[in-house]
Amino acid sequence: MGWDRNQMAARAAKELQDGYYVNLGIGIPTLVANNIPDGMEVTLQSENGMLGIGPFPYEGEEDPDLINAGKQTISELPSSSYFSSSDSFAMIRGGHIDLTVLGAMEVAQDGDIANWMIPGKMIKGMGGAMDLVAGVKKIIVVMEHVSKNGDPKFIPECTLPLTGKNVVDMIITDLCVFQRPDHSSPFRLIELAPDVTADEVAAKTTARYES
Amino acid sequence: MQKIYPNAEAALDGLLFDGMTICAGGFGLCGIPERLVDAIQASGAKDLTVASNNAGIDNEGLGKLLRTRQIRKMISSYVGENKEFERQYLAGELEVEFCPQGTLAERCRAGGAGIPGFYTKTGVGTQVAEGKEHKEFDGETYILERGIRADLSIIKGWKADEAGNLIFRKTARNFNQPMATAGKVCVAEVEEIVPVGSLDPDCVHLPSIYVKRLILGAPYDKKIEFRLTRQRESA
Repeated sequence: MGWDRNQMAARAAKELQDGYYVNLGIGIPTLVANNIPDGMEVTLQSENGMLGIGPFPYEGEEDPDLINAGKQTISELPSSSYFSSSDSFAMIRGGHIDLTVLGAMEVAQDGDIANWMIPGKMIKGMGGAMDLVAGVKKIIVVMEHVSKNGDPKFIPECTLPLTGKNVVDMIITDLCVFQRPDHSSPFRLIELAPDVTADEVAAKTTARYES
Repeated sequence: MQKIYPNAEAALDGLLFDGMTICAGGFGLCGIPERLVDAIQASGAKDLTVASNNAGIDNEGLGKLLRTRQIRKMISSYVGENKEFERQYLAGELEVEFCPQGTLAERCRAGGAGIPGFYTKTGVGTQVAEGKEHKEFDGETYILERGIRADLSIIKGWKADEAGNLIFRKTARNFNQPMATAGKVCVAEVEEIVPVGSLDPDCVHLPSIYVKRLILGAPYDKKIEFRLTRQRESA
């Protein structure tokens, strides 16, 4: 019932368009890279300074100077380019990246996102998440519909410290997809995962949305 | 003018003092100035403020200076891989200023370019914006972030010529380029020093004006934090 991690990533991949420049977050968002439709040209950006992320290297070809933002070894493509962190975030902040897919702990009904710290726990830092949600043209959140305790994660107002305010365009969970056409409109339930009912979504969601 | 020094200790001679601010290049363990970090550790300079995207891991990179308690404050975007950091931070022994990654890169770029502050959308409506000037441009709200000027920049490059023109390799460029510009003095360590004239001037990533002192840091034993590979398809 519902979508698994890979199916959630595959659903996010449906939002890709030919020619897009895309930044993928760590976790489920990374799986989107495996779901790029054949024949579609999508260039992946790594915020540590690379356009055109290639697949993981063959064993023996790992290069410590070639890693992604998750500090994993990667490879380059014939079309790849490298640049500094300041250039990397100039392209992010400057609105040149078409789409980012990232995880979240909470999303609010007005598009606020919280995904970087839990008060009382060790703070690891926001990394590039605040820059991405502030600068990228379209923000897709991929997350489990409820927390490990069963609490809704799409809620009226975030309880955790925000990563960005009124920035999320689409939410893909294991149960459904919410979308809004612009940042002054409410989210609308546009799609249900197989065997999931609108009633189930409503029961597990405290945010206000249109159905 | 001779920019090449025999080792990291010699290159840092006269530049280190307690309470100073240092901009350090690198992303994770990729492109970190490890020889210079070792020499700062050996110097015993303390109460340091270090601007660096990450804080190394235990006993690697800046993790070494954390272990010896030489760092008083870190300005970083992500510090997730360091147990000693976590211990000192939770014990209140270490001050941390969390700064969004792009804002940190731009603060150093701006500082190095003589720009004392700039407005950005990053962090608006979050803790990062608290206490900062807000200003509206074209109907959107921005916050004022300050440029960073440091007493010293330490960076790692791939190749430099004897004049200090420098090139980086792949994603090891990262913060090294902006950090190099933000210090009053930049000391660079590289894997190879080549004669003047051997680098294509069109392909220099960091012009010599930024590199005041230079050392050959090789041989390096570069670390990989997360080694991921794929299988070759059998023929």
